[in-house]
Amino acid sequence: MLSYIARRLLWAIPTLVFVSFISFVIIQLPPGDFVTAYAAQLRNSGDYITEAQEALLRAEWGLNDPLLVQYWRWISNIVLHGDFGRSLEWNAAVSDLIWERLGLTLAISTLSMVFTWLIAIPVGVYSATRQYSVFDYLFTVFGFLGKGIPDFLLALILMWITFVWLNMDVGGLVSPQFEGQPWDLAKIGNMLSHIWIPLVVLATGGAAGLIRVMRANMLDELRKPYVETAYAQGFGERTVVWRYPVRVALNPFISTVGWALPALFSGDVITAVVLNLPTTGPLLLQALKMQDMYLAGSFILILSVFTVIGTVLSDILLALSDPRIRFS
Amino acid sequence: MSETITKSLSPMPQERLLQLDNVGVHFPTRDGLVKAVNGVSYHVNKGEVLGIVGESGSGKSVTARSIMRLQPKYAINASGTIRYRCKSGEELLINEQDRLGRTMRNLRGNEIGMIFQEPMTALSPVHTIGTQIMRTVMLHRNVSKAEARARAIELLTKVQMPRPNDIVDRFPHHLSGGMRQRAMIALALACDPALLIADEPTTALDVTTEAQILELLKRLQDEMNMAIVFITHNFGVVADIADRVAVMYLGRVVETGTVDEIFYEPKHPYTQALLQSIPRLGRSHGRRLRTIAGMVPDPFNVPTGCSFHPRCMHAVGGICDVQTPEDVVFASGQRARCHFAGQDRQAEAAQ
Repeated sequence: MLSYIARRLLWAIPTLVFVSFISFVIIQLPPGDFVTAYAAQLRNSGDYITEAQEALLRAEWGLNDPLLVQYWRWISNIVLHGDFGRSLEWNAAVSDLIWERLGLTLAISTLSMVFTWLIAIPVGVYSATRQYSVFDYLFTVFGFLGKGIPDFLLALILMWITFVWLNMDVGGLVSPQFEGQPWDLAKIGNMLSHIWIPLVVLATGGAAGLIRVMRANMLDELRKPYVETAYAQGFGERTVVWRYPVRVALNPFISTVGWALPALFSGDVITAVVLNLPTTGPLLLQALKMQDMYLAGSFILILSVFTVIGTVLSDILLALSDPRIRFS
Repeated sequence: MSETITKSLSPMPQERLLQLDNVGVHFPTRDGLVKAVNGVSYHVNKGEVLGIVGESGSGKSVTARSIMRLQPKYAINASGTIRYRCKSGEELLINEQDRLGRTMRNLRGNEIGMIFQEPMTALSPVHTIGTQIMRTVMLHRNVSKAEARARAIELLTKVQMPRPNDIVDRFPHHLSGGMRQRAMIALALACDPALLIADEPTTALDVTTEAQILELLKRLQDEMNMAIVFITHNFGVVADIADRVAVMYLGRVVETGTVDEIFYEPKHPYTQALLQSIPRLGRSHGRRLRTIAGMVPDPFNVPTGCSFHPRCMHAVGGICDVQTPEDVVFASGQRARCHFAGQDRQAEAAQ
């Protein structure tokens, strides 16, 4: 088992090198570079910089160097010094930018994931054991609605409803008057009145899909002969269902739980943009739009690392929960 | 039909363990009502092995599951009584029990054990053999975990599992088909049941393993003086293990008798035809095996009269296709559900 994990982690290294290189290249693929985007932005706001100034900026930031040289400069700093470089747009260290937003991102994503599971698993189990009952149909309708309505639309509707009926502005993480204030009880209370919207939006969207998965898995498992064997031992229905088929039906969940790790990190971009949340998602979107390659590249690199770690974690968890795939 | 049975509920004889009278199980489906079991009666005495033979769809498994009340939720128990004599000696009307109620749960795994056809899938894939047996032991007996584990190892030894101390911590996928069926038997015997229902326990196994498992079941049955309802479609297996045999066709028992009676003096044309379709050693080579003409009828429209009449070579028009035959009881206790049972020659002559 240990050697298996070690082998998996070793294999991750070439994967990460490859992914980081490809992402760096792809960010640079569109015509122009950060200076072009920067100049366009300035022109939009009425400012103007000359071609000479543009060339100067390019030279200063090393944008004229060959791609490989730029890549090497970036990756070697990360590996040797843990320095992710500077964001050209924000003129700040990439790591500062990301860490600043990471806490909130993780909080929202983790909470919404916990809610998703707390809703999806019991409802899925119920729907499967009482297939075609009134509540099963009800959950199915809600499930499809939740799956069908895009998250950002639900976020907009909730914001509108709270604004019109409760006369509250729930966009952003805190109300404008608390912006930049130190954290005290009033500010935390204010944040709690805002944070439920992203939680509800993300949890319903996620739960709707997972309910269907859980229900389908359970229906498959409930038909297996070992369930009948369990009944034939004299166990009651609840014991049988939760001890046997649920244990097996959870395995597909466990095998994908690792993917939650990169998702936790990036959050839900569109919802975060709509709700104006200071999470990492909108930052990544902006970095890609501006071809801010060190920020965007670092983002994608961190996401890849999380994906690889998450997958390994999933595999280990699955091996622990399902003896059939355990390595001897 | 059911009224005639309820009024004739005389107590079972002392040696009687299980008695089914006129049991009917129906399944409502989108295409209509399927009468899977249509008035089945048989009984099992203590320590006796009853073989139940029949083609697929004859209702043998459904009947067995109604003894455990393990049918699907939507099954309709249309008629009949199922009586069982508990270890305490009192009679229990199983058909009147709630399928999820305490009485049934206490019966299952404790007084009645069951083994299934597919040893590959009938054990939980995510629990060790030991855990599964221990759970059953601890459910029905007030024992500690250590005692339950000791019991599990004892049971594995009893079913002649190699290295029981090691296997107890193994998962089903570590075991071969035969070993899994042994584990399944150990699980079913966890609480020394008085009755074991074996639903085609050897069908999925190869012939060598089948012989070993049959040998094991015979030995255990003898040792524990346990009754077995042995369901199979294989006459050879029945001859090997059963004391008495019930032959089923389309949801009815068409003939019952001792093994010798069934094999040497079959009275029902269906039993006769089945026996003639078995290849035997010593028969002349090159002769074609007899087959039964036609197909098993569609369960949605069972033929009127005797349900076997369209395929029966002795069927007489005006009788067999009109009247449902009653059991003809012979002096030895053999029973056959045929208008012409015991008078085969006349029937043939009439044809």
